[in-house]
Amino acid sequence: MLLDALTLNLGYNATLVALGATALGLAAGTVGTFLYLRQRSLVSDAISHATLPGVAIAFLVMVALGGTGRNLAGLMLGSAITAALGLATVTWLTRATRLPQDAAIGAVLSVFFGTGITLLTVIQTLDAGQQAGLESVLLGATAGMLRADALLIAAGGALTLLATMALRRPLLMIAFDEGYAAQRGLNVAHYDLALLGLVLAVTVTGLKITGLILIVALLVIPPVAARFWTDRAPRMALIAAVIGAGAGYVGAALSASAPDLPTGPLIVLTAFSAFAVSLFCAPRRGLLASALRHTRQRATARS
Amino acid sequence: MKDTALLSAPLQVQDLTVSYGGDPVLTGADLTVPEGEMTAIIGPNGAGKSTLLKSALGLVKPLSGTITAWDQPLAAQRDRIAYVPQRASVDWDFPTTVLEVALMGLYRQLGLLRRTRPHHRDKALACLDRVGMSDLADRQIGQLSGGQQQRVFLARALAQEAELYLLDEPFAGVDAATEAAIITVLHGLRDAGKTVLCVHHDLSTVPRYFDHVCLLNRHTVAQGPTATTFTDANLMRTYDGRLPTAA
Repeated sequence: MLLDALTLNLGYNATLVALGATALGLAAGTVGTFLYLRQRSLVSDAISHATLPGVAIAFLVMVALGGTGRNLAGLMLGSAITAALGLATVTWLTRATRLPQDAAIGAVLSVFFGTGITLLTVIQTLDAGQQAGLESVLLGATAGMLRADALLIAAGGALTLLATMALRRPLLMIAFDEGYAAQRGLNVAHYDLALLGLVLAVTVTGLKITGLILIVALLVIPPVAARFWTDRAPRMALIAAVIGAGAGYVGAALSASAPDLPTGPLIVLTAFSAFAVSLFCAPRRGLLASALRHTRQRATARS
Repeated sequence: MKDTALLSAPLQVQDLTVSYGGDPVLTGADLTVPEGEMTAIIGPNGAGKSTLLKSALGLVKPLSGTITAWDQPLAAQRDRIAYVPQRASVDWDFPTTVLEVALMGLYRQLGLLRRTRPHHRDKALACLDRVGMSDLADRQIGQLSGGQQQRVFLARALAQEAELYLLDEPFAGVDAATEAAIITVLHGLRDAGKTVLCVHHDLSTVPRYFDHVCLLNRHTVAQGPTATTFTDANLMRTYDGRLPTAA
């Protein structure tokens, strides 16, 4: 069964999900690397939580317009709008006050998420017919994925990936030395905004697969795992992309191998196992390697 | 002669006041950096030396005052100015190599999408060679000593082929060999007609290293040629009546 899943032999839906998850992981790993190097990984948490009210509002608007309220593109648009609003609030709070960024993120994240949950509860009492399962946007719901959905996800992932590659040089320069980059004429605020826009795009793209909350793991874990294997930023982005794509593919296949296994959490757990392997086994930066080095150095010092 | 030098000064700061939200760090500071000379900004801790430098680079927005480079607004002359930040201002565990950092100096030529060509590499390597770092070009920057880090920063600035070099504490925490290597490069730039401005804290080396000084303590106490300006009387005024032992 698992082998069937890994070789895409579990039917049409499972194949769609696996391909979508792979594209998503590829984009998330790449964008996440630049976010990590800019030391802004936590911002992804604020973005993802701030999407929830947007999903609820988009659902209500679509139902009011006579639709089913579950159109993926519509939900993505709604979530992007409130996520951008949350992002703007974090940026404004840190710039206008002396609040440190983590505190601003915490405040924005909880308020937006609370609003979203409240709206979802309201929707459930409305008896709008199709609302059942809307809360699955939190953790992903791949069972009813359509071909159009998979194409949308793949297109979103590909566009994000291309944009990130195009901006890699200024993004790296700013991440390494902001002051120098600014003196050379790079508009740091604009590039930061572009980077956060890419994170937002990945988050929204992941709505159907990992859900809004677990996408954070796909943005953070692959770069952190990749950092163990290399000291070159471009290679790190590549390794993170491979880990992200692999986690997406394997996680989706695992979830298809038995009924009712959740896709998002399995993708995250697969990514985590890649992290665990990196943590212990990576040459030079891994724990085993440093322990070995330490023992050897002690032995040399004694003799 | 002096008047013409002032007219076309590579860097001219007038009546600069800067605040980071609280009390002003600088009030009415002036600075004139003469062409083809080595100038030092010196003063006690918290005197606003780095702030003056960062304002002159356009990195800090002043409350008031004017800054011109060759009599033009700063933004228009950006490419003629090279900046060497404080070594401690970046994370040296960043996953990049010595050569990649030097290549950042060529950003204007590389832009967004152009690929790094062999002639870009050669140029970056040549600049690393001038600071004695070409052997370590492929090394990860986290493995460098403080002095080596400083040399890489200098190489990145050299790659720009600028005419005015602004350095923030280039000798802070570096070994004697590095200090000698850096001063050789800087004097070489000056002898080639370039202009150099350093934030500097070691008073004992000022007469040997610098032609011109600006004594700063929240405002400009004195500025002029080292021989006539770097005097005990001026230093006493700059350091609030307590002459640092190094002088």
